[in-house]
Amino acid sequence: MNSDSNPILALALTFAVMSLFAIGGANSAIPEMHRVAVEVRHWLSDRQFADVYAISQLSPGPNVLIVTLIGYSVAGLAGALVATLAMCLPTAVLAYFVSRFLARSSHARWPAIIQAALVPLSIGLMGASGFVLARTSDRTVAAVLVTAGAAVLASLTRLNPGWMLLAGGVLGFAGLIG
Amino acid sequence: MLPDSPPAAVPVPDLSKSPPPSLIALFVAFAKMSLAGFGGVLVWARRGIVDQHRWMTAEEFNETFALCHFLPGPNIVNLTFVFGSRFRGLLGGIAAFAGLVGPPAVIVTVLAALYQRYGEIEALRRILAGVSCAAIGLLLATVFRMMMPLIKRRDVVGLVVLLMVFVAIGVLRLPLPSVLLVAIPLSIAITFAMRRGEA
Repeated sequence: MNSDSNPILALALTFAVMSLFAIGGANSAIPEMHRVAVEVRHWLSDRQFADVYAISQLSPGPNVLIVTLIGYSVAGLAGALVATLAMCLPTAVLAYFVSRFLARSSHARWPAIIQAALVPLSIGLMGASGFVLARTSDRTVAAVLVTAGAAVLASLTRLNPGWMLLAGGVLGFAGLIG
Repeated sequence: MLPDSPPAAVPVPDLSKSPPPSLIALFVAFAKMSLAGFGGVLVWARRGIVDQHRWMTAEEFNETFALCHFLPGPNIVNLTFVFGSRFRGLLGGIAAFAGLVGPPAVIVTVLAALYQRYGEIEALRRILAGVSCAAIGLLLATVFRMMMPLIKRRDVVGLVVLLMVFVAIGVLRLPLPSVLLVAIPLSIAITFAMRRGEA
């Protein structure tokens, strides 16, 4: 049984490995999800990937649920379940053991250094996520303007992000984004 | 559902708070926080755990979050698991995790089924395209907000590392594991060397 012929196994392996490299959270792994799901395995088209990201942002719950959507489109309910657990459980168990280890010892210096070292990496990864997604979605001038507008509003105001998603949806429905 | 920047780590837990929650209380509390979590579960998690239930002090919450932020994987999921297990062992971790992920996963799965069925409808396509554009803007705003401390500190080394990762992953589309296997040791070595230089 290899992961090319069995989609469930492929999902489990892909996301279990990916989660271990998702520094800064699920949003940091989006370029890798796109690379694997669209370019390597052809599970989704470019456009479907952008749609899946939009749906995940419209839903309540943690960001990581984008993998539930990818899993569902690959292998239905079983795919959704396997992808979600594969992305969540390995690192949750790792966090469990690390927190127990740290609670029992005074390794206060190393976590601080590692954390400081990982901050620029996770920001770089999230920036890459924005860039990869923008390349798939922002194909017209109007689309770029909506992205830029949301970025500026979210940076300068404390407006609830839900309003900006809603505004994007309305503009899209009105056919203004193309 | 946007990530927040990591707070500073604060040590020394304090255990003089509410009695530890039951498994069901953990499941229900995390399900509520998660379902309220449009625009960031973390905000709701902090409100629920620290303000509402008083299961942790603000310092303990920050410390736990800092730990989960430097570990890989979905931060809030890690936090939930660690948090639940602190009170009720592994079962507590599983109960909190099931609460956080279960109900929204059901919602997302229903949306996925609807999308698979109706995703080709032109109006829905246009709406999702618009939402996607706005959501990308929100993500970029988070990136800018997280970059500000580096820019204010004139942390040139940090910004160069950031840019290298951005180019390798975003532009060159190199595989994540190979990029990180180079970038993590490099960044830790630089940070360590610079801290020693300052001391």
